[in-house]
Amino acid sequence: MTRTDESTPSVAADLQDERLRGPEDIGGMFKIAIERIRGGDLGVLPVVVGLIIIWTIFQSLNSSFLSSANLSNLLMEMSAVGVIALGIVCVLLVGEIDLSVGSVSGLSAAVLGTTFAKSDWPIALGLVVAVLTGTVIGLIYAQVYSRFGVPSFVISLAGLLGILGLQLETLGKSGTINLPFDSVIVKFGQLWFVPDVVSYVLVLLAIGGFLATRVMRARAREASGLSAPSWQLLALQAGALAVLLLGALAYLNQGRGVGWMFVLFVVLVLVLHYALTRTQWGRSVFAVGGNEEAARRSGVNVTRVYLSVFVLCSTLAALGGVLAAGRLAAAAQSSGAGDVNLNAIAAAVIGGTSLFGGRGSAFAALLGILVIQSISSGLTLLNLDASYRFMVTCVVLLLAVMVDSVSRRSRASHGRA
Amino acid sequence: MNVESSLDEGETATNGRVLSLRGISKNFGAVAALTDVELDISAGEVVAVVGDNGAGKSTLVKVLAGVHAADAGTIEFLGSQVTVNNPQRALDLGIATVFQDLALCDNLDVVANLFLHNELAPMRLDEVAMEVRSWELLKQLAAKIPSVRIPIASLSGGQRQTVAIARSLLLEPKLIILDEPTAALGVAQTAEVLNLVERLRENGLAVMMISHNMEDVRAVADRIAVLRLGRNNGDFKTEDVSTEDVVAAITGATDNAVSRRVSQTTATSPEDAS
Repeated sequence: MTRTDESTPSVAADLQDERLRGPEDIGGMFKIAIERIRGGDLGVLPVVVGLIIIWTIFQSLNSSFLSSANLSNLLMEMSAVGVIALGIVCVLLVGEIDLSVGSVSGLSAAVLGTTFAKSDWPIALGLVVAVLTGTVIGLIYAQVYSRFGVPSFVISLAGLLGILGLQLETLGKSGTINLPFDSVIVKFGQLWFVPDVVSYVLVLLAIGGFLATRVMRARAREASGLSAPSWQLLALQAGALAVLLLGALAYLNQGRGVGWMFVLFVVLVLVLHYALTRTQWGRSVFAVGGNEEAARRSGVNVTRVYLSVFVLCSTLAALGGVLAAGRLAAAAQSSGAGDVNLNAIAAAVIGGTSLFGGRGSAFAALLGILVIQSISSGLTLLNLDASYRFMVTCVVLLLAVMVDSVSRRSRASHGRA
Repeated sequence: MNVESSLDEGETATNGRVLSLRGISKNFGAVAALTDVELDISAGEVVAVVGDNGAGKSTLVKVLAGVHAADAGTIEFLGSQVTVNNPQRALDLGIATVFQDLALCDNLDVVANLFLHNELAPMRLDEVAMEVRSWELLKQLAAKIPSVRIPIASLSGGQRQTVAIARSLLLEPKLIILDEPTAALGVAQTAEVLNLVERLRENGLAVMMISHNMEDVRAVADRIAVLRLGRNNGDFKTEDVSTEDVVAAITGATDNAVSRRVSQTTATSPEDAS
């Protein structure tokens, strides 16, 4: 029984119920996908549709929007806030929020500026200290949250102010510390792009890895008598992914290509995706977000889950701050200020992470920030200033939350969590 | 007395004593929730614990589940005296509790719920092995669940109850405590859960069932233990006791609202005229 044949007399152990309709073939897969969407399980559909609309509009208004140079720049520009949004995804998954990620990123930029640029510490040490600043803040949040039961909304709102104060204090009177242009972090943020050959090798490795894990999983399922996707389906998925990624890469490589900072962001997304879906920790995060009491009674150490999530969020925010400082080649009073906070949160929500906890994925940060940054970049190309950017982002965020709320209601009535 | 072997055979014999409570007391401040409670449950036996509101049923469940520690008394489990001071300890001993609210995560699928906190290979979840084991567990209960890869939210009340019971079986307990397993269920689903309880008995488990519903209790229980105001108030074999006697023990009087109503209706019914 090496292939899932219709003629195979024995039915897979998980498909024996006559009520169940499995994705036997490609047609069945589409049919089930459509039913899921009708039932309110939208997945990445709204964000993909939104992205297509946004790109179409901006491309028709300014033909250089979809140029490879602009897209390359867009990917670099979005990486820092994308990393911050990854942390937001984690806190949203347990049904909490962190409103202070902007300030934390600003503080870590300031710490990097004072230690590395001002006090001449080695760059590695400066980076570690800056990122650890975020870790410490996360630890404090988690302690206040679990010892005193203060809602995370209030803790991080207080944190937002306090940390902004610390940032200003760290920066000193001048208010801006420039990072030397020949430093690693600035090169990383501005100049280092993946050579074409290396980028193709990386993408091919990624596709190969994707296919290999899928095939291995399918084999393991078949060996245990469970249903497994057919080879054709796996090949189709891998083929579609290959066309998409290689096509995008070939286009980007016509211009400057893909920056290493974006590669770092994608790697972080993949690592977090693995942690959330394939480890016990990830299961606990989703369980706490779904039903905290049930998780506790099952023996999950709920306090520790909250601790891990708050620490991860603040640490990623600090890392994002360092990346942003590299991109800007400076730590300034405006670092992490303005719309950084809300962009990070909006990215997570637009990408499909529920504000109500228990639903979302690491890819939400990637897709969401792509939407936000596309709007920002498009409006910049049209010579519209921040005022319009704020208003458009507001509308998009509100739309995303409305989609989340409506699909949640629809899921409830269709019996999907 | 070799308890282990008789349990592992899965026979219906009631010779092996699994749980033995003596003099269990629990006070909440000035309120004595449990006083000197005694209870014995053997392998392959279903014992229903009944009682009015405030009789101490839930407190007894919590004492056994490790949620509350008893103030006095001894718990003998599988022949040795034990202390149950936290939920994990209870699970380790082999006491599994299905709480009334089931405590399932709606957003996770059946497999994830069954294995929550007991996942196989924590750093690289073995989904295949977990799914296979899930089907085994559900088959053992003859459960009617179409797929283990759908979120709990899309299951009916009875199916959820089944998942909750299956989860309690995952750690291969010797005693399973069901707190009001049929309280929120419809007719057909109640019947399903009662079948399930019988299947647990057939598998040689000791079952303690808390219930308000005398019909359900009479349908599956081998013995009925009555609690009243935190004290034992009767321990009956189901076949030699009438519902009225049990109700009398629950309410603490032969002359009570239920018995008066019964006597009124029987006095007027014709077949009782002889």
